[in-house]
Amino acid sequence: MRRNDLFWAAVFILPTLLGLVVFYLWPVVRTLLISFTETGPFGGSEFVGLANYRELLGDARLWGTMVNTLKFTVVALLGIPVALVISALLSTDGLRGVRIYRVLYFLPVVTMPAAVGLIWRTLYNGDVGVINALLGLVGIEGTNWLSNPATALYAIAGVGIWLGLGTQIVIFLAAIQGVPKDLYEAAALDGAGRIRQFWSITLPQISPSVFFISVLAVIGALQTFDLIFVMTGPTNPAYPQTETIVAQFYQRGFVENQQGYAAAIALVILVVIVAVTALQFRLQKKWVHHV
Amino acid sequence: MSELATRLPRGKRLRRNHLGVHAILILGSVVMVGPFFWEVMTSLKTLGETLTVPPTVLPASPQWSNYGDVFDTLPFGQMFWNSTIQTVGRVVGQLVLCSMAGYAFARFEFRGRGLLFGLFLSVLMVPSQLFLLPQYEIVSGLGWLNSLQALIVPGLFSAFGTFLLRQFFVSLPRELEEAAKLDGANHWQIFTRIMLPLAKPGLIALAVLDVLWSWNDLMWPLVVNNDPSKMPLSVGLASLIGQFSVDTTTLMAGSVLATLPVLILFVVLQKQFIQGIAFSGSKG
Repeated sequence: MRRNDLFWAAVFILPTLLGLVVFYLWPVVRTLLISFTETGPFGGSEFVGLANYRELLGDARLWGTMVNTLKFTVVALLGIPVALVISALLSTDGLRGVRIYRVLYFLPVVTMPAAVGLIWRTLYNGDVGVINALLGLVGIEGTNWLSNPATALYAIAGVGIWLGLGTQIVIFLAAIQGVPKDLYEAAALDGAGRIRQFWSITLPQISPSVFFISVLAVIGALQTFDLIFVMTGPTNPAYPQTETIVAQFYQRGFVENQQGYAAAIALVILVVIVAVTALQFRLQKKWVHHV
Repeated sequence: MSELATRLPRGKRLRRNHLGVHAILILGSVVMVGPFFWEVMTSLKTLGETLTVPPTVLPASPQWSNYGDVFDTLPFGQMFWNSTIQTVGRVVGQLVLCSMAGYAFARFEFRGRGLLFGLFLSVLMVPSQLFLLPQYEIVSGLGWLNSLQALIVPGLFSAFGTFLLRQFFVSLPRELEEAAKLDGANHWQIFTRIMLPLAKPGLIALAVLDVLWSWNDLMWPLVVNNDPSKMPLSVGLASLIGQFSVDTTTLMAGSVLATLPVLILFVVLQKQFIQGIAFSGSKG
């Protein structure tokens, strides 16, 4: 029986195992190896030890992309309170149209980021964009949002929030449904209003989901690429203020043909993600309420 | 009767309180849907109309020909086909491979199972940038650059899909399998005839997520296929940016066409989409 199981396990697992080894596990090792090499002008690569990492430490542009990426991440986290408020409103007892709202808020999630970038480029246009036209109605003079170095990063990060809101709402809604109803009844008897109930019951009860979403949002924001690629670009005057570390990885590895340096950047990305996620796990002990 | 009497005023009171809630939610909906509305309107305007200040909302007469222009600007039909093949290939491949591996991890007892499963999970933790350069080397070494198999093959294997379906199979009762075993069915028969039909909700969740990720994927196809006739729509659309000869109206028409298939699928399979996202979220 046991041997039989082993045979069947092999039949069922081997195809996926082989694929994962070839296309995912080996590449991690290989990336590490590539990071110790440099591509010569005629193809071929030579071993250069830690030279890429040394160069990386003094690379002002790379540190700039790191700062941009962290700014993106901080702004992305601002989407979570918005998603929480909308989810709380959608959880109102007896509210009509919840399903329709949920679909509407979810629409951006199913839309291709490349198309999303194109749409928002049109909206943000400084001369003929509808956003500036709307701001003009209330007497605010807009700017060329995506090429103004002071605004471009925030304009793009805002789109990132818009894009991710639907996923966060769906998960928060499910979490809120799971909160025991008698907690609210008891609080209502004690005279707690809706806002008070949200702060003292809903939020602590769903804090594991909030933590989970914040981990996902941070990992996603640290890897921002699609929107940057579509909404700015090397010819944009605001590019130095918006280029993310993954965009720099792409530029070095696939445009400028510096695979060794790109591999070193990939490992930096891994270290940053692991460090930030570990930090979040440490901090969660202070605010996540484990039921 | 008395119950109705006590309920009615409360219901009315609630309804009225909901006005404020609806006001905020509708305002939010406008922000969420407004960009799409503007996209569709722009796709139907003349170029002149897109340049007026202040902008007009509705096109004076809808320019359906903008949608034809998309096909003159890009090999759009070919790209649409490429996106379809890429998506169908990855979805079908993952459903077959991940369901097999997921089932084995859920049900077969063998030495090293925990360790092997841990290895699968470790892939989930690694950001995709660590795979890209070597994946490119492999695909290039196979002579697959600018081919449809380049778009499909690395996406056939998924640690996430295996994990998701394993969780699903673990939650299914064992009784049916035991009965089938007594009837002399082998593992393959039990898997295909009994377990797969039971796992349908899990398979649909994985399929939906894969459709979303494959159709919208940008970086990998951007890296491997630079021949327009082998690009999926995501890369094709992105390639139009910065080309001064391409009008905003054409770009918006292209965006509408590129997003429509997944949008239609979402409208038809709303529940499955939302459950899929919630599932991947709550278990991830």
